[in-house]
Amino acid sequence: MYRYDEFDTEFVNARVEQFRDQVNRRVSGELSEDNFKPIRLQNGVYLQLHAYMLRVAVPYGTLNSRQMRMLAHIARKYDRDYGHFTTRQNIQYNWPKLEDIPDILQDLASVEMHAIQTSGNCIRNVTADHFAGASADEIADPRPYAEILRQWSTVHPEFLFLPRKFKIAVIGSPNDRAAMQFHDIGLEVKKNSDGELGFAVSVGGGLGRTPMIGKLINEFVAEEDLLSYCEAILRVYNLYGRRDNKYKARIKILVHETGLEELKADVDAEFERIRDSVLKLPDADVRAIEAYFAPPEFEKLPITSPKLVAARETDKSFDRWVSQNVSDHKASGYGIVTVALKGTGEAPGDATSAQMDVLADLGERYSFDELRVSHVQNVILPHVKLDDLKAVYDALVEAGMASANAGLITDIIACPGLDYCALATARSIPVAQELSERFADLDRQNEIGELKLKISGCINACGHHHVGHIGILGVEKRGEELYQVTLGGSGDEQAAIGEIIGRGFSSDEITDAVETIVNTYLTRRLSDDEIFLETYRRVGPQPFKDALYPAKEAA
Amino acid sequence: MPTLFVDGLAVEDTWTLVDGEQPIPDGEDVIVTLPVYQANRDKLLARNDGRVGVHLDPLEPVEAIADDLDHLALVSLDFPSFADGTSFSKARLLRDRHGFEGEVRATGDIRIDQVSHMQRCGFDALSISHQATINSLIEVKDPSLKLYYQPALGDSDTRISGKAWARRAG
Repeated sequence: MYRYDEFDTEFVNARVEQFRDQVNRRVSGELSEDNFKPIRLQNGVYLQLHAYMLRVAVPYGTLNSRQMRMLAHIARKYDRDYGHFTTRQNIQYNWPKLEDIPDILQDLASVEMHAIQTSGNCIRNVTADHFAGASADEIADPRPYAEILRQWSTVHPEFLFLPRKFKIAVIGSPNDRAAMQFHDIGLEVKKNSDGELGFAVSVGGGLGRTPMIGKLINEFVAEEDLLSYCEAILRVYNLYGRRDNKYKARIKILVHETGLEELKADVDAEFERIRDSVLKLPDADVRAIEAYFAPPEFEKLPITSPKLVAARETDKSFDRWVSQNVSDHKASGYGIVTVALKGTGEAPGDATSAQMDVLADLGERYSFDELRVSHVQNVILPHVKLDDLKAVYDALVEAGMASANAGLITDIIACPGLDYCALATARSIPVAQELSERFADLDRQNEIGELKLKISGCINACGHHHVGHIGILGVEKRGEELYQVTLGGSGDEQAAIGEIIGRGFSSDEITDAVETIVNTYLTRRLSDDEIFLETYRRVGPQPFKDALYPAKEAA
Repeated sequence: MPTLFVDGLAVEDTWTLVDGEQPIPDGEDVIVTLPVYQANRDKLLARNDGRVGVHLDPLEPVEAIADDLDHLALVSLDFPSFADGTSFSKARLLRDRHGFEGEVRATGDIRIDQVSHMQRCGFDALSISHQATINSLIEVKDPSLKLYYQPALGDSDTRISGKAWARRAG
């Protein structure tokens, strides 16, 4: 894991003091809310429906136990004893007092964390594959590059007032677990034919009201050119991105309206001009950052664990949890544990301070002191010995975090929605909770198999509904909440944007509608192995339309 | 009236802004808008009794004057609102891509928290109307951090060992 050097420590401390002064000026009335707004936004402070909200960055989703304990401490001391893990690998606190926020930031700085640029029209927290450094399919760990990008983008003087927010994701394996193609810049670490490391770069992906899949702008940018290439893209965007309409201000619209070829020509021209400048990365500095992410010292273990096999035989619930929530690790005898923050009837991504403390303890004891936040709003223990899985599971059961539903229909992504968010037009969490209860039966969930259900409470799509196998978008129509359903979306390497299936459903109808879709899939699939998305891609929307809107068929 | 700061010091603004139909005064340093510049280019370039500067709105590209930069003493770039950061990149292009060595002036809605960013992008003059920002600059109250994760234009700051991209002021 990355550790702050003197420079980083001095930087975040200075930043906290700077913000403390700004908050004092706001509280005293010297700064108006108008003048304070851009300052607070760049420090992660939003004004929500009921209160200020603080969004804390978890850079590329990686944190250690000490940091997780601090997140718990903040929830306990300054908030209502819980936090909300987000789809951008961050954590949000919904009820902090403005005058407490400098102290919260000071507490965060003491464990090498911050809330810089978690909002505002700037380069946001850089995200990465939550299985980075652990997954068997990895070409290289993406996090050293994400960390270099984090540093370069932090208070970049030229890019703090962009046309709109700007999101970068980095993955290091051909399997995309970070929805990389739905970011303003998506970077996939790869090797060229000479075995040198670099990046395939896509640009202009995004969700929101105009969902677009990123377009490949460069098949291979050398490692040493990472910053100059990204700077070239950002400069072109800052110069030419639209500022006349906030809904047309993301780089995806620029790509769409200008055309990839012309944009690429501009980017390439700027890149050629600056690539041999001070931004060229010296190999030694990249390797030094990379060394922070060196794999932990895994024990040499056999590929199977008799202890695990025996425990699975005697405990059916545990067996299920292992099947569903433990993924293959690159080191023999280890597994990657997904702790699903998706208990029946719970708000997706919420964790209490006590649960965070348990996660911290488990990370420290069983996972080389490492944890991850996933964009699916779960927490990952990346390096757990197969022999230890039962102990981890038992502790999770005790803490109410042993849901064996990773990747299943109740592993729902949902935005905060109208319960918290000033932008929302409909509630998301109650819909997620009702679906979670409707499909609570694990036998049934397993029978349904892999199914990604994602819910947004407004068109801004924070709940990623466009890339849900089943997506739900809450809108407001004539004073009522109405839920539109999209089918066939996917955020992985076979990226697809879901298609609207027909007229929306009321909050009373939406759960039944999802059940109808699921039942239709079950009758149409060719085998138990054909997942929902495959069936949908094979049969198309018609059978689902027929099932959802039978009256129209008859008429 | 905005207050002009050059290299951090409040100074008298000796330039006259010419916008629209008014005649271009002889014997004075003038800043003209791009339409005025384009309509009077030959006359302005032939002028020998006063320097010439051009003011660009965010949507007017620096390429519009790039070929004439050798003859211009000043380029003024506007920030119509605090949130419109287009001109940060334009300053950078002027200095970096086009090698412009004259004055690069920022005008418009400028706040104290942006001043250091402007300087790092190549602005050396700021024409400021926001009173609190004027006060802060006169009192030399600079809230900016002196640590940077990016090299600035000119790159004269102190390098940080192991982080080729980072700098410390001075």
